[in-house]
Parts: sequence; structure tokens; C-alpha cells
Amino acid sequence: MSTVKFTVSALAVIAASATAAAARDQIQVSGSSTVLPYSTIVAELFGENAGFPVPVVESGGTGGGLQKFCEGVGENTVDIANASRPIRDKERETCTANGVTDIMEVRIGYDGIVFANSASGPDFAYTPADWFNALSAKVVKDGQVVDNPNTTWDQVNPDLPQQEILAFIPGTKHGTREVFEEKVIAAGCEESGALEAFKASGMDEDAAEEACTTLRTDGKAVDIDGDYTETLARIESSPNGIGVFGLSFYENNTDKLKVGTISGVTPSTESIASGEYPVSRPLFFYVKKAHIGQIDGLKDFVEFFVSDEVAGPDGPLAEYGLVSDPELAATQEAVANETTMQ
Amino acid sequence: MTDMPLSQPAAAPERRTGSLLAQDARTRRRNAAESRFRGYGVAAIAISMLALVVLLATILSGGAGAFRQTYLNIPVTLDAAVLDPKGNRDPAEMAKVLTLSYGRVLDAAVEATVARHGIQIEGLTEKDIDSLISKEASAQVRNRVLADPDLVGQTVEFDVLVGGRIDGFFKGRVTMDSAARDSNTSPQQLQLAQELADRGEMVTRFNWNFLTNADASDQRPEAAGVGVAILGSFYMMLVVLVLAVPIGVSASIYLEEFAPKNRLTDIIEVNISNLAAVPSIVFGILGLAAFINFVGLPQSAPIVGGLVLTLMTLPTIIISTRAALKAVPPSIRDAALGVGASKMQSVFHHVLPLAMPGILTGTIIGLAQALGETAPLLLIGMVAFVRNFPDGLPGGLMDPASALPVQVYNWTQRSDPAFIERASGAIIVLLIFLLCMNLLAIWLRRKFERRW
Repeated sequence: MSTVKFTVSALAVIAASATAAAARDQIQVSGSSTVLPYSTIVAELFGENAGFPVPVVESGGTGGGLQKFCEGVGENTVDIANASRPIRDKERETCTANGVTDIMEVRIGYDGIVFANSASGPDFAYTPADWFNALSAKVVKDGQVVDNPNTTWDQVNPDLPQQEILAFIPGTKHGTREVFEEKVIAAGCEESGALEAFKASGMDEDAAEEACTTLRTDGKAVDIDGDYTETLARIESSPNGIGVFGLSFYENNTDKLKVGTISGVTPSTESIASGEYPVSRPLFFYVKKAHIGQIDGLKDFVEFFVSDEVAGPDGPLAEYGLVSDPELAATQEAVANETTMQ
Repeated sequence: MTDMPLSQPAAAPERRTGSLLAQDARTRRRNAAESRFRGYGVAAIAISMLALVVLLATILSGGAGAFRQTYLNIPVTLDAAVLDPKGNRDPAEMAKVLTLSYGRVLDAAVEATVARHGIQIEGLTEKDIDSLISKEASAQVRNRVLADPDLVGQTVEFDVLVGGRIDGFFKGRVTMDSAARDSNTSPQQLQLAQELADRGEMVTRFNWNFLTNADASDQRPEAAGVGVAILGSFYMMLVVLVLAVPIGVSASIYLEEFAPKNRLTDIIEVNISNLAAVPSIVFGILGLAAFINFVGLPQSAPIVGGLVLTLMTLPTIIISTRAALKAVPPSIRDAALGVGASKMQSVFHHVLPLAMPGILTGTIIGLAQALGETAPLLLIGMVAFVRNFPDGLPGGLMDPASALPVQVYNWTQRSDPAFIERASGAIIVLLIFLLCMNLLAIWLRRKFERRW
């Protein structure tokens, strides 16, 4: 008869849990894996100092996080979505359709994107045009649009080392890919004059821009759908590879990686903050205003996140590799006033 | 053959001549085939053993470090001017002083220790000295001070964690060479650590905290542990045990002993076998839709994880229970019915006890499978950074928690290499749990097994 007892106790557990489902006392955060380390650092400090439970931080990518965020308002939905790009109009529409209307956008700082090869490899000094000529499917050679014939970096630019082209770039599901295409490949396309040449060869504006960011598929540009640890592992196994990393990841692995300069500028929190280093992007998180007051400590957490001690240039986030936002004061004010997006 | 008349022998292919002991070509071929097959078998086992040894060696060599941790013993002067600026010793007021301020008090303490020992190293910067100890230390000191405000103004000895790089140095993960290239440490800092270790201030010892601590952020890998993950996994296994065993066993008893054999039960049977092979992520999608979105259970909670894993484990338990019931000889049932027992009495008094070892083995193997599952937990929010321990039972089932395989997955994604060591350590913990469960299954089977 123990089966009967088991079943009864099981039902009792379900019943008990259904009633206890009411209150949630910790903040829930979901979203971008780029923002995740910053979010966990702040969550930890917040739990230590503010007397609230440590927020639960999930990573599901920017898209996944915003999807969860837009599911609705209520205790079984997340309070904050981390994002490595601004929210898209389509996502706003989903949000609105599900009743998530008052959204606060908080910019926490900037993230640099760096190019690094194995620490035992040669030094690289790239320009965006080098990257375009190395990785684009079509390049311009002697005035003609041809399939990319380059196989070594010195063919791209005689100043670069004679090393086989092999690049580990973020897969298309990463927010980093968009920045890489826009700020490196597309910029290089324009800089090298290929955009003009594409247009001159009879393509219209859209087709030429598309041709700029279409990457070669002959195995020289490898999409990495995992995270930076996978890129690092790939570089360790093929020392000719060059990977695309976040600045903070590189700074934690400087013993294994050597960073390349872009147009002569070495990436660092300073050179990114000053705007000299071109490849960076803002990082955000989005907060449901409707949850402020409903979830204990939500506003305190957001204020704590953007406070000078935490997100300022001397704070723990900057120490980890976040480029502090020069307009942090404006963000702090917006948070204090609970300013929502229009 | 014996019935055949001797006068008409079966047409033998060829009359055999010579010694019986000398093998003919056909026998040699057959023997060769047999020894080849044995060779294949040995090779197959050798390959799998080699793979196992390589796997275990990699994990053990990578993860052994997680079970040892380096600590620094320092006297900290708890400066009243910093820690209690108003001087009222009121914990509520003192709670306004953040850990960042405590960090400065600790920096001074470490600098004082270095000065006390008269350690002089050329090129040693203040940053090298300050980053010697973990950021976790300031939280440790703050908690101690808030618990006992009278400590302010005194000098108290603390055993604090050292930073991940320094800890790695004592475990061989960080070398002087790599430190020279590393922006987070320097050869001078490692020299300082060595000097302190030589003087007995810095010791590496067994790390119980790895088993009891919660996860920690990317900046303090040295403080991260699997405590929350073990507790979360335990809660989920409890839910699975309480739900899957009674449901699974009663379903199989009904299907095996009572249900009429018709098309409907055939369909059910096929579906159960099918469910056993469904990719586990599908159960995660189901769990998200059913338990979180429809029932409204909270995200990241062990109850939801347990329910999802219950769904995943049920087919395994049903299939193994039915096999165990089938293995009980029909004569047992017939004898019970023959002496006047009802159908139910025959099942519960005779068949079920005899099938118990098989049922237990199946259940434990099902649980072990559930313990190592990550994919379904991805979708229900359990793949998360959880630093607070869940409450005790039953309320803790609703609190956020992590799980052991999830912790491994999380740590392999972190940028600090110290987390790779932690991940291997967590794998070791997980393997030990699995080993224990499988040994228990074998022991139960041996103990209760009946042969006919």
C-alpha cells in the first residue's frame, strides 16, 4: 500500500506548491551572454550590500531574453532583460501586444570587440579594409569584382605577416556578429573603395551593400555559434586562427591571446571610451516599470547597477572590461525618474 | 542419427584420414574466425576503456585543483573611521558601508602584512599587493563585522581567500611565464605569494567550501562552489522520486497485470517506448508551456525542474518495471490464484516483491539519467546564476536553484580560466553521485535478486 501513500504525498506536494506559488522575493534577469558577467558581478555585490536576495541571472542570448521579457507582466515573467543591442521595433510590438508597455531602457556602458590571435603568433595591425579583403566573398582586384582569391594575410596587405587566413567569427545568432559586419566589414568595404566598385559593376545600392557583408564560405571564415571559450579553444588547436572576442574576455586571457590593433589603435577601456578604437557597441538592459514596487528591490537594483561605485570608471565593472559610459549621470537621472521608452 | 541403419551411412563429404589431433583446413578456418572475433571483442573493450581512462584522467587532472584552495591569514585592523563613520556601532547604519569600503580596509591589511614581513620585491606595485586577495574577502569581513559590531576598532585575524591567479600558481595552472603575459597578475605578484607561503602565512588546503559555497561571479572564481547546485539537484531528484516512482510503477502494474490486451493498450505501449527516445529538450519545451506559462509555477524553481525530469524519467521507469514484472514466472501468479488469492493480492503480495529488485534498479538508473540532464532545464530558467541557497523543504522547492550539470555548463562559458578547473571539479562531484547511485542499484539487485 506504500504506493497509495506515495501518491497521496505527491499530490500534497503539488497542492502545497500551488499555494506557495504566489510570492517571489528575488529579481529575475535574463538575456545577453555578453552582459551576463556584468550582471552577475552587480547581482553579487547587490546581494552582499543591499540586504535583498541576490537576483537570479539567466543567459539566453539577447533575442531569447527579450522574448521572455515580452511574454507579459506578472510574477512568473522576468523583470529585466539584458541586451547587447537596442530592442527592435518588432520586439517592442510583441511586448505591447502582451501588455508590456512601460519599458525603461538603461545603457550600462560599452563593450569593445577585439581581434586576437594565439599569444605565440605574430603581431597584427589591421585596418577594417584588411578584414574586408580577407573575409568578403567578393573583392575588387585590378578594378574587377572577383571571388576572393586571398589565402594569406600578406596577400591582403603586404604589411601583414605571411599567415594563412583563418578567422573565427561569431555566428549569426550573436549580437556581436551584427557589430562585426557593420563596423568592420562594411566599414572596410567602403574604406577600400569596394563599395563604389560594386556599384560601378552594375549593382544597385542594396545589392552592393549586401555584397559588402557577404562573407566567403570556403572555410576561411568559420562561424562560432558557441561562446568565446569555444573560439579560444579553436585558436589553441589551430594557431593560425584569429578570433573575434569581447574586450573583457581578452583581458581575462591575455596570457593566451595577443590582440591586434585596428587602424593603429590598441583596444583598451580608455581607447574605446575616447572613441579612438572603432569597434564597440553599447550594452543595455530593459526593465519592466510595472514590476517596480511589485518585486522587492527592483528599483534599488537598477539604481545600484548604474551607480558611480559600480558602473563608474573605477568600479568593478570597468575593472572587468566594461567601458564606462561617459553619460552615466544622465542614465542615473533617467533611472531615478523611472523614465520609460517612447 | 542413432536410428539410421548402419548399412546406409550418411554421405560423408570426404573420408577423413590421419590423426584426429591434426586440424584440417576447415577447422583451422573456424578456429581462426573465432580467435579473430575474440580479438575484435578485446579491441572493442580496450578502445572503450582507453576512452574512459582518457576522459577520467582529463577530468581528474583538471578538476582535482578545485578541491584545494589557497588562503591567506592576515590580521585586519577594522578602522572605525571607515567602517562606522558615525561611531554609533548601530548595525543598520553600518550596513550602509559597502563592501567596496571594506576592500580598502583589507588592502591596507595586506600591505601591512607584506611590510611586517619585510618582503622587498623589485617592481612590485600596489595593485599587485591589493589584488593578492579575493574580492570575496570584503564580503566575509563585512558579514563578520555586521554580526558583531563591537569588533570595529580592533585587529582581528581573518583567513581570506586569495585571488584566482595566485591560487592557480600554487596548483601549477599559472606559471611565471604565463604571468608575464597576463594582465591580471605579474611575476612579482607570484613571487610575493611564494614569499608569503614560505613564511607560512599563505596555505593551500582541502577546500570544503567548494562543496558548500554558492556560485560566484566572474570576478571571484576562487569563491565559487557547487552547494546550491547540489541542493537543487537533490530537490529535483526528490520530486522525481516522489512522483515518478508511484506513477510509473502503478502504470506498469496496471498495464502488465490488469489491462486487457487490445489495440488501445498496444498504442499506449508503443507511445511509451517512443517517449523514452524523445530528445530531452522537448520535455523542457513542454515544461515551459505547461508548468510555467499555464500553471504559473515560478521560473528557475526545482519543482518545475523536478516535474520536467519526472516526465522524462517516467518512460524509463515504466519500461524497466514492466520488464521486471514480466520476469516473474507465471507459476507464482497461478499458485497465488490457486490458493484463493484475488488478482490484486497475487500482484501485491507475490509478484511485486519478487519484481522489486528490477524495479529499484530501473528507478535508480532513471534517476541517474535525470541527475545528469541539462537540456530540459535550459528552457525553464534553471541555467542561471543563483547565489542564494533555496529554503528548506517544502518551501525551497519554489525558490530558484541551480543543478549540477547546469553548473558545469555555466562554468565552461566563463572567461576566467579558473572556472574551467571548477567545472571539472563539478563533473567529479557529479560522477561521484552517479557512481554511488549505480553502486546502490547493483547492491540492491544483488541483495534481493531471486533466481528460478
